[in-house]
Amino acid sequence: MSTYLADSAALLGRSLRHVARSPDTIITTAVMPIAFMLLFVYVFGGAIDSGTDSYVAYLLPGILIITIASGVSYTAFRLFNDVKSGIFERFQSMPIARSSVLWAHVLTSLVANLVAVAVVLLVAVTMGFRSPAGPLAWLMVGAILILFTLALTWIAVIPGLTATSVEGASAFSYPLILLPFVSSAFVPTETMPGPVRAFAEHQPVTSIVNTIRDLLNAEPVGSGLVVALAWCVGVLALAVLAAGATYRRRFR
Amino acid sequence: MTLATQQSGIRVRGLTKSYRDLEVLRGIDLDVVPGSIVALLGSNGAGKTTLVKILATLLVADSGVAEVNGFNTASESAQVRASISLTGQFAAVDEILTGRENLTLVARLRHVADPAGVADELLTRFSLLEAAGRRVATYSGGMRRRLDIAMSMIGNPPVAFLDEPTTGLDPQSRTEVWDCIRELAGAGTTVLLTTQYLDEAEQLADRIAILHQGRIIVTGTLAELTRLMPPTRIEYVEKRPTLEEIFLALVGDAHPTHDPRGADSTGAD
Repeated sequence: MSTYLADSAALLGRSLRHVARSPDTIITTAVMPIAFMLLFVYVFGGAIDSGTDSYVAYLLPGILIITIASGVSYTAFRLFNDVKSGIFERFQSMPIARSSVLWAHVLTSLVANLVAVAVVLLVAVTMGFRSPAGPLAWLMVGAILILFTLALTWIAVIPGLTATSVEGASAFSYPLILLPFVSSAFVPTETMPGPVRAFAEHQPVTSIVNTIRDLLNAEPVGSGLVVALAWCVGVLALAVLAAGATYRRRFR
Repeated sequence: MTLATQQSGIRVRGLTKSYRDLEVLRGIDLDVVPGSIVALLGSNGAGKTTLVKILATLLVADSGVAEVNGFNTASESAQVRASISLTGQFAAVDEILTGRENLTLVARLRHVADPAGVADELLTRFSLLEAAGRRVATYSGGMRRRLDIAMSMIGNPPVAFLDEPTTGLDPQSRTEVWDCIRELAGAGTTVLLTTQYLDEAEQLADRIAILHQGRIIVTGTLAELTRLMPPTRIEYVEKRPTLEEIFLALVGDAHPTHDPRGADSTGAD
């Protein structure tokens, strides 16, 4: 067990160096959500009736979700490169716990995405975002974002292991980035036509966004928190199982 | 450190492996005596890499037995991995890290006592000290391969697999890699080397095994293989058959090369 932790730490150090030596991966992760935030607040925002006085505060949760959805594609990219370069096989042929190779990538994704989320939050603050939330509410928001990042990162592991090209490895993230648009992230779902509204109200992003929004507004979250956590944990569990199956099919 | 490994090496019996309908390995028998270099010779697609991957526990065979350093590759894969190093067809190095960081990483993963010291020693031994602080992305092909082999030597695993270690290298780098491999074997490591370069097998191997269509059709020393050629030809030039001629005769290739440069032309350009 102690060697498992030591091996994972060594591999985590390695892929964190990759991130530190290509800070552009964090910048590009944060640029698109920041651009969306600027567009929606200063261009479309005037025409959107969100029913609140601060539209920045309204759309921030959705922007954070988009940040993570685009950020996890770098995990697929880095894993794809490891598989392609043969270093993945080198690690697999060494006397280390095999899953530590994947966990190192997943934890790196967590660190990189939290940094990108912090950058986006800073920009939101400069755009006038203020929150009355207390430390506990912020902790809850952090926990939801961490679970969400882990779930999406384990999804990203699958194309990372199976893709045949760099483009293929990161293409999976496009639908994830679009998902917040068909949710309560930018406009209230009541304004959408029937079937779209039905989809929007029953997909995970809506419950996650609503819960984060309530937490940041220091409002009661009610059962929404349970639904949001259930989505995150459920997707995470399925993604870990699917990634494990993919790994075994591909490498054993 | 122990002598328990001395009679082990590599032992393969009746190994088969298919990918769907394609039979890649059709009953492989192979022995590699500890401390020796065996070259596995075969054309592209003969199954060399598949065999190495099974021995390195990266693939599971359909049937048959493979033992490395006395451990079964299927049931004792963790012990096998502790006994081996694998140098794949492409230098498996981390391009974003420096040469020193690559070595330190592997040393940490091998749980050696002094990772930094081991890294420094190998950098010196493989003439990489000057480039140690540079990212591997800036290295030449030969430097990458040297680093790759240096990474394989960390922790002194008793068995080394080298899968086409000189493919794509220029002649000078190739000689450097050959020296590395000789050094490995000189230190007592059992080496299984795959190659499609016949002169490489001639240069390095104690024994040569020829893999053709999923079977090892012959094994022996170069002298033994030479004797397999029937001395029926009357030649006016004193000439022993090249290994390439032996190989093609045994394999029964319908397209013998007419290039007078023979083996030297196979990997050129």
